[in-house]
Parts: sequence; C-alpha cells; structure tokens
Amino acid sequence: MHGVNVSQSSSSPADRRLSALVRHLEGHSMDSANHSIAAAPTSGSTGARISVFDHVVRAPEDPILGVILTHLPCSLCVRLSFLNFPVVVTVAYNKDPSPAKLNLGVGAYRTEEGKPLVLNVVRRAEQMLVNDSSRVKEYLPIVGLADFNKLSAKLILGADRLVYLHGTSPAIQENRVTTVQCLSGTGSLRVGAEFLARHYHQHTIYIPLPTWGNHTKVFGLAGLSVKTYRYYDPATRGLNFEGLLEDLRSAPSGAIVLLHACAHNPTGVDPTTHQWEQIRQLMRSKALLPFFDSAYQGFASGNLDADAESVRMFVRDGGECLVAQSFAKNMGLYGERVGALSIVCRTADVAGRVESQLKLVIRPMYSNPPIHGASIVSTILKDRTMFQEWTIELKAMADRIISMRQQLFDALRGRGTPGDWSHIIKQIGMFTFTGLNSEQVAFMRKEYHIYMTSDGRISMAGLSSRTVPHLADAIHAAVTRVA
Amino acid sequence: MAPPDPILGVSEAFKADDHEMKLNLGVGAYRTEDLQPYVLNVVKKAENLMLERGDNKEYLPIEGLAAFNKVTAELLFGADNAVIQEQRVATVQGLSGTGSLRLAAALIERYFPGSKVLISSPTWGNHKNIFNDAGVPWSEYRYYDPKTVGLDFDGMIADIKAAPEGTFVLLHGCAHNPTGIDPTPEQWERIADVIQEKSHIPFFDVAYQGFASGSLDKDASSVRLFAARGMELLIAQSYSKNLGLYAERIGAINVVCSTSEVAKGVKSQLKRIARPMYSNPPIHGARIVANVVGNSDLFNEWKEEMELMAGRIMSVRKKLYDSLSAKDNSGKDWSFILKQIGMFSFTGLNKAQTENMTSKWHVYMTKDGRISLAGLSSAKCEYLADAIIDSFHNVS
Repeated sequence: MHGVNVSQSSSSPADRRLSALVRHLEGHSMDSANHSIAAAPTSGSTGARISVFDHVVRAPEDPILGVILTHLPCSLCVRLSFLNFPVVVTVAYNKDPSPAKLNLGVGAYRTEEGKPLVLNVVRRAEQMLVNDSSRVKEYLPIVGLADFNKLSAKLILGADRLVYLHGTSPAIQENRVTTVQCLSGTGSLRVGAEFLARHYHQHTIYIPLPTWGNHTKVFGLAGLSVKTYRYYDPATRGLNFEGLLEDLRSAPSGAIVLLHACAHNPTGVDPTTHQWEQIRQLMRSKALLPFFDSAYQGFASGNLDADAESVRMFVRDGGECLVAQSFAKNMGLYGERVGALSIVCRTADVAGRVESQLKLVIRPMYSNPPIHGASIVSTILKDRTMFQEWTIELKAMADRIISMRQQLFDALRGRGTPGDWSHIIKQIGMFTFTGLNSEQVAFMRKEYHIYMTSDGRISMAGLSSRTVPHLADAIHAAVTRVA
Repeated sequence: MAPPDPILGVSEAFKADDHEMKLNLGVGAYRTEDLQPYVLNVVKKAENLMLERGDNKEYLPIEGLAAFNKVTAELLFGADNAVIQEQRVATVQGLSGTGSLRLAAALIERYFPGSKVLISSPTWGNHKNIFNDAGVPWSEYRYYDPKTVGLDFDGMIADIKAAPEGTFVLLHGCAHNPTGIDPTPEQWERIADVIQEKSHIPFFDVAYQGFASGSLDKDASSVRLFAARGMELLIAQSYSKNLGLYAERIGAINVVCSTSEVAKGVKSQLKRIARPMYSNPPIHGARIVANVVGNSDLFNEWKEEMELMAGRIMSVRKKLYDSLSAKDNSGKDWSFILKQIGMFSFTGLNKAQTENMTSKWHVYMTKDGRISLAGLSSAKCEYLADAIIDSFHNVS
C-alpha cells in the first residue's frame, strides 16, 4: 500500500477517501511520516503538495464534443480503440496541413462555404429582443418561458396539414400535455429520465444499436438501466426491422423505449411510416413507454409535419409518451441550449401532477432555464411571417444536405465505384453511415486527407459541391484498393 | 402533487394578489426604487456589441466559454493571484450558482464517497435539495443565533471542529443568505484555522461578489484569505445578482488545487459530469460577462452600477431601521438590520408571524423570516415597519 497505514478498525470518510486515493496513486510513494493524507492537503505545509483531488483521474475528452488530445500523433490514432470519436477526428484534422483536407466529423450545419450559419430569421428575432427596452432578465419560472413551452408543444404535436400552428392536437386541447423548457435535447432527455427513475415503475430503457454517443450516460446517470434493441443492419445498411420487433417484443411490459423521431443519429436510417405503425402497435400492446428524441424536426426532410409524424402517430392513439425536443439544429441555436420536454399524459390532472414533479428535478439541477434562446424561438414561432421565413430557411438547409447526398451518390455512380451506394440517398438527416470499414477510413485519411469517424459515419453538412468530387475519388480509391 | 417551491413560489402567490399595498420581499432579485426590475446599462451595451459583431451560435466546449472562464477566475482571485499565475484553478462555466453547486456536489459524490457537506443553519433553501439530488450527505453547523439576531460564532466553530476530518464546509463568501450575517475578518481567520486543523475542504458559495459591499475585492476577501493560506477549495460563482443576469444562468465552479496537473484532472472530471446533464452551457450570458469584464470601460461602468445597487440596498436598510426605531416603543433593538449585509435580512419573525405579514399586510416573504431588501423601496419602508412591528408583537 505504498507505505501508508490505512486504519483497519474504522471506515471513516477520511479512511475511505484515503483508500480511494491510494488506489489511484500508482507509482507514487508516500512516506507516511511526512505526508499522511490527513495532514498534508489543506494544512498549507510547504512540503510536497499532495492534493485532496489527487485521486481524480484525468478523463479522456468527450468523444463527440471534446477538444483534448492536442498532441496525439496520427499513427497512434489508428491503433487506439477510441478512434471512432469525432473529437479525435477534429484534432487530427486541425493538425493536417493539406489544403485539400475535409472534416466530415462535424455535427453542426455548415454552409456551402463551410461556415457556421446563423439563420436570418434568428438574427432578426435577436435584434428585436435586444432592441426591446421593455425586456428584463428576471428569472424564468422553473418550467421556463410559458409561450415557448406552448409553442414548442404545438410544433411537435400539432395537427396534420399544419399551416401556421392553428389546428391543435387533442392532447394539447385537453390539457394532457405538460411541457417544460430544458437545456436543448440533452437537458430534456436528462430531466425526463430523472423523472422516470423517480416516478415510473419500470427503470429500464431500451436504446437502439447504435445510437447517439451521449444517450447511455444521460440515462445511466439519471438512474435508469440501459439495454439495447437491434436497429442498424450493416448488411443492408438499412433497418434491421425484424430484429427491432423481436427485441421490443421480448422487453418486459412497461419498459421505456427510446425512439429517434426522425433522422436517426448516427445511421440516418429511419423506419417507414408503415414500420412506425407496426412499432406503435407492438409497443402499445406491451405497454412500452415511448421516449422520443426529436432533434431534427424540419431539418431531416425539410418538412416540419413529416418529421413529426412518428411522434404524432403515437399521440393520436391517446396513449402516453415523452418527447425531448431540441432547437439546436433546426433553428441553428446550438450554443443557446434551447429545448423542451413534453410528457403526454392520460389526463389533465396527471399532467399537472407530473409537471409539479418535473420542477423538483429541475430546481436542484439549475433552478430555472436560460431565457435567451427560448425567447428567440418563441418570437419566431408566434409570428406568422417569421414562422414562414423560418420554414424556408430550414428547408434550404435540409435541401442542401439532400443535394449533397444526391451529388455524392451520382459522383460514385459516375466513377463506377463498386457496390450499392443507394443508402446514401435513402438515409436521412445530417449523417450517413457509408459502410466503409476502419481500414478504408484510415486510408482515406492518409491518402486523401478526409476525416471521418472510423465507423464510416460522415456528416453531409461538412460537404459542399466543390468537395464532393474529392470525397468520391477517395471513396472510390478506398473501395477498390483497400479490402 | 409536489408542493410549490418555498422561494420561487412566493412570487407566484404575490402575482395572484391584487391588493394595492402588496409588497414582494420574496425572491432575491434587485429592484429599483420604483420597484422595477433592472437591466444594467453595461449589459445592454454588451448585448448590442455582440449583435453588431454577429457572433455565431456554435456549441461552446463542455467547460464553457474560455474567455468567460478566464475572467471569472480573475475576478474572484485577482489576476495576479498565485493560484491564477500557477494555473491551479479548474474553472468550468456552470448554470449560475445552482448549476455550479450541482457540478461540485456531483464531483464530491463521485470522488469523495461518504464525505459530508456541512451547511449553515439556516442556509439558502435550495442547498439541501442540491446535495440530496446529488446523493451527498449533509449536516448542519450552527450559524444564526436568534437571541442576538447575529452569528453564533462559538457554535459554528464547535460544529466545524466536531465534523469528521475531510468534511466539505459550505461557506457563504459574503452576504449570507438568508440571514445577511457575515463573519468579521477576524472570525474568518479563525474559521480558516479550524478548517485547516481538521483538513476540511472549504466550499464557498459566492453569489454576491460586489453586490454586498459595493466592492468586488472586498466581497472576495474571504475566498482570497483561504486561497492565500495555500488551501484547496471549491467556489461556486453566480452573476445573477451582481450583473443582473438572473435568467441567463451564468456562473462558474472553481476548484483551487495544489498543482496545475491536479487542476487539469479535476476540470476534466467536471466536464464528465456536465456532459450527460446538458452537454455544454449556454453562450449568451457567458459572452455578456466576458465582454463586460474584458473591456475596461464597461468594467468600470459596471463597478459604478454595482455601487449604486449596493448603495440603494444600504440606504433602504437605514430607512427601515429608522422607521422601526421610531415606531416601535417596546425598546427592541432593531440594529441587526444595519449590521446585516446584502440583499436579505433575517427579521427574526417566526412562521406564524410571517404568515401574518402576508395574510394581513400583503407582504410576501419566505417562511423563515427572510425579507429581500432589494424588493423594498424607501417609500414603503414605513408600511413595512408597521407590518413587522404588528407581526412581532401581536402574533406568536
């Protein structure tokens, strides 16, 4: 034990801390006479500085958002199992001096010029807000901005053939929906999961395989246990529908099921309407609780209603569900952290009680949500003209991505690249699971300076008409030269 | 059905009341003499600058805006402080004070399993909820002495001493909430002595830097005293009150470590806690702070506005004290109102008396007897004095 005496006779917090500390201090020798843990850290002694936080290990950077690992050589990258992490991709990309380099790991929309985009309608809304001298910065209620909550619920649950948000879902009309503003998609998922862990009888959530990298941790830390259901079929680069149904069929009654409302991340593979209907019937027959993650409404197909149809299908049958909404992509409000959690309940009374409990989750987490992004969304959604403008800008983003898909597909076909590349135009949303293997991905990085995660996922948002040919060349070379 | 929040629920009740003399002394948000919310001029200027610049809205890193993290630590310690120079502070942007406390609580739960947090009796109503939800056990140290309406210093020291070694001791950096009672500089030294003797870890909640005395440096002196002793400590900061950024949710958790290496490790683990909670923090408030603190003209203007806010509160304390002394013939000593500091005053009213304040006088306050002086205008001091005197003497 490195020369430190750990008392056997008690298990005081100090002792437990000491043990935990010692376990982490590999290679550190501790002279108990001079550096007993009890005395050193906060005593201000001028001896070697031992920290009470010394046992806190340096965590690897977050796979998707982190920016660590500044000096990781590429050759080492190839050998490491976490090469599938976009952050490693971005770091390596940044170090690459080639003018032809292409970063297809990015998970935020980019213009044809490769720049981040702030929507015109968002700028206008922001200008209005900043210029409005009557606006104040008082705390929002714990559940957030009321207007925003109402409008967000209508946006996702609204009626068919929605024209400017009139025509409302019966669930909303009957006051059966509680909507609370949360910190984008992540925050909405976390608050919903915490609520379920405390108040729902079943504590297992089934998530698709694969899914967004953060889902497991969000649910795990909230106190749910996480299982998976089959989803992606690498053989077809499509949906393993039979596997999905089998796995949901064998889930215990009442289990929670995470569903990507549209534009499944990371595969881009969505069920068809017919398949959604079968999923719905199966889930309702087993009382499985749907928890939708809706991060791409309007961004996937360009049509707000089409992208919400999976959710509305479930709500129409009168049953209950949760929906986590994010405005990060469809309004380009990434860093403002705007989202909402809606829980559709059987009765208004239940919804009221559920809301009161959601507040108890939120208050000790961050008290109340940030006002800026929600105010922007609310301003846009409640104004007929701005709403229309938004749908046009949204469609333009979605169309650019769809056009990149088409161009890439055409470029590969034009080169006679072996294989069936139709999945590129069948998949939907920001990401494409190309089907390239990790050797091919590594080859493309080395020879063509194209960066993507080793699972072959590319962000179409990182492509432009100008760079499609380069990518097509690279894929062609990889497929023909690398097994 | 969950009960309404004891603090935030007060404002909701106030809104529902239509009595003409109603007074909201519940939530701690600053009000002008006209009892209007106040957006600082420097904040408006910063927002306009940001709009002109056309900043994008890309995700911040998990740890938040780098420019913000830099200025917030410098504001707290002073840019030339050794902890900053030696890069020993792990700073992560958090969702105001609450969010920053929550990150720290989660860190404690994970890396100091079994360790307790010692919190003052009383303390801000949400502290216990935060530690409960984070799974961190807590117990209390004596703080408020109802007999003197002052600090039970001996009780405080005794309880900190009695706590098991390695306990986290939650301290209010200045303007204790809800009592308004702060230790003197000499008492802070003694508190630091005892914490060092017991190898406890100080954990500061700094929600009022600059807002309490009007001076940023003065209000940070307790934190700096501990840092100067070479201690490791945690500090949660909030810009809700001092920059009036309540709804923007901007704050930070700072962990002062023995070495910069340890600080890097701690920062990385704080990020691991933030990511499954909300991924990355909101940009708007962080940019405002970075712009104000990072621009010397705006920074100076901010200091002036802060002095005005703190000054108004001090003058309203004086007026209330004068009104109480003039109207109350019982000989009760109301000077505690002048001795207390910050937004809040602990009136010493009990639950029944507080209920009388609301039901008879339409004065809304929290049940622990706390009033927010920020919500009081000099015009209403006499009315409030009447209400307090009536509740104190005629209700038990």
